Amino acid sequence: MATLEGSAAAAARPGALARLADHPTWLGALMIGPAVLYIVLVVGVPFGLALYYSVSDISMGSRTLGFVGLKNFASVVQTTKFQASLRNTFVFAIVAQVLVMVLGTILALALLRDFRGKWFVRLLILLPWVAPISLGTIGWLWILDSTYSVINWALEAVGLVRADGGFMWLGVPYLAMGSVITVHVWRILPLATVILLAGLTSIPQDIHDAAQVDGASFSRHLFQITIPLIRPIMLVAGLFGLVFAFTDMIVIFVLTRGGPYDTTQVLATLAFFTGIQGGDIAEGAAVALFLFPLLVVVAFAFLRVARRSEVT
Amino acid sequence: MRGHRRWAVGAGHFGLIAAFTVFTAFPFYWMLITTFKRTSDLLNRTNNPFIYNEPPTLENLRVLFFDTLFMRWLGNTLFVGVVVVVITLALALPAGYALARLTARWGEQLGIGIFLTYLVPPTLLFIPMSRVVGDLGLQDSIWSLVLVYPSFTVPFCTWLLMGFFKVIPRDLEEAAMIDGHSRLGAFVKVVVPISMAGILTVVIFTLTLVMQEFVYALTFITAARNYTVSVGVPTFLVHGDVYFWGSLMAGCFIASAPIAILYNLFVDRFIAGFTVGAVKG
Repeated sequence: MATLEGSAAAAARPGALARLADHPTWLGALMIGPAVLYIVLVVGVPFGLALYYSVSDISMGSRTLGFVGLKNFASVVQTTKFQASLRNTFVFAIVAQVLVMVLGTILALALLRDFRGKWFVRLLILLPWVAPISLGTIGWLWILDSTYSVINWALEAVGLVRADGGFMWLGVPYLAMGSVITVHVWRILPLATVILLAGLTSIPQDIHDAAQVDGASFSRHLFQITIPLIRPIMLVAGLFGLVFAFTDMIVIFVLTRGGPYDTTQVLATLAFFTGIQGGDIAEGAAVALFLFPLLVVVAFAFLRVARRSEVT
Repeated sequence: MRGHRRWAVGAGHFGLIAAFTVFTAFPFYWMLITTFKRTSDLLNRTNNPFIYNEPPTLENLRVLFFDTLFMRWLGNTLFVGVVVVVITLALALPAGYALARLTARWGEQLGIGIFLTYLVPPTLLFIPMSRVVGDLGLQDSIWSLVLVYPSFTVPFCTWLLMGFFKVIPRDLEEAAMIDGHSRLGAFVKVVVPISMAGILTVVIFTLTLVMQEFVYALTFITAARNYTVSVGVPTFLVHGDVYFWGSLMAGCFIASAPIAILYNLFVDRFIAGFTVGAVKG
């Protein structure tokens, strides 16, 4: 701050405007100020309000806010709906993200090789990520339809299930969770793959050549050379994916609305149904805030990765 | 023997790629097939769903374009997209430049801080936001989306532009400054014109982010004619238990495909932005 004050004095001398347009520190602050202000207003303020609402008795119609302490959190935590949602959030996010990382690594390794038509394959693989999520998920709603599911038709056609014995993909507890996880993996896999691919292509070819010359086996090459080298980037892909998986509500909202019997209800959808559709803003805000500790953990992990790669 | 092995590896590689491609692209292929199918064909369980059992039809497209608000939703999306692009550029261009050139240590930390706000998800903010939007009298107006969408486009685009400006040689601005321009003048007259590739990238990403956004639009908007395409199609073309699958799939495909192809051209820049700090380079 001392330098800022010093330059304020400097800028106040004659020709202040011209000096301002040249002074690195002041010009920098002036150029970045509007963006920071906007972010504070549309991210910082609502976040503060979320904290405030969660300890108040606000609801859709009310104009007055009374302070109720941790009552909302206490009453939310006791409900079986919340407990189920919390459990589902972890199952959904962790299973989906582990699958994404494993499949993403395999796919990125496969895409590392050159082959004809690679640009077209890449376009097809990227589709789920680049198309609007809600619309892609509608495609799955049709594929997983209880009566007209193409998967059931195919299973019947090859004789794996009896006619009319098809699966209710979105209507049976475990199957519904499996379905929403599959669709989420489908949507995040392209992002993880291209991030990992960027990491793989940044490894100098000499290192691979040296391993080849030394006669390293495929698995040794993979687990002792390639994966350690892309570990920072794997962490980035993993952290981003985890944030998406924990906080996303679109796939579940479109496919199951949390059903059947809340077996796919997660914190994000529960917050929406409680706070917006149910009109209980205070409890909805409390539910959504349970996502916050997780974001803090991810942010710290991200900063550590960023810092460590600066050092090397 | 060697030839054999290479053939086997090649076949395995091909099979792997093919399996993944089918997984990722099948839903879009399915949308396309369904778009041209007659409803009677779709809803007959004895029909093979992979082929046209009845002649293809354009009826679903007619319904989509003339009997639903689809065109209006596309228009809304485009309008919001263009205004948000303007706001994003106005805020992110100077901020990105300042972070790349004008600020020392505190700027770097501020930059990471700005990027981290991109990670704050809509699901954490939409409840207080809906209240703020209501208090501002923007409930059920697409201007509410114009107000809120820069909250995620500005952080990411600032970060992206910062990366762009960092690789522009400093000599260019210094030459302009020796010629009598101020630093601000050098930025406007020299740096911005040669950064068109970066600006175009920002435009494309902002448009796609606006097109994809779902949670805020679902929360703030209630009248069908004010929806954007990503919310209008899933909420208003789905009527209770009766689904117009043909028109629904047509809407999904038409709104997805062009933006997907456009985005694909710029995806490498996007990834570079995402991974700054994790890959050296």
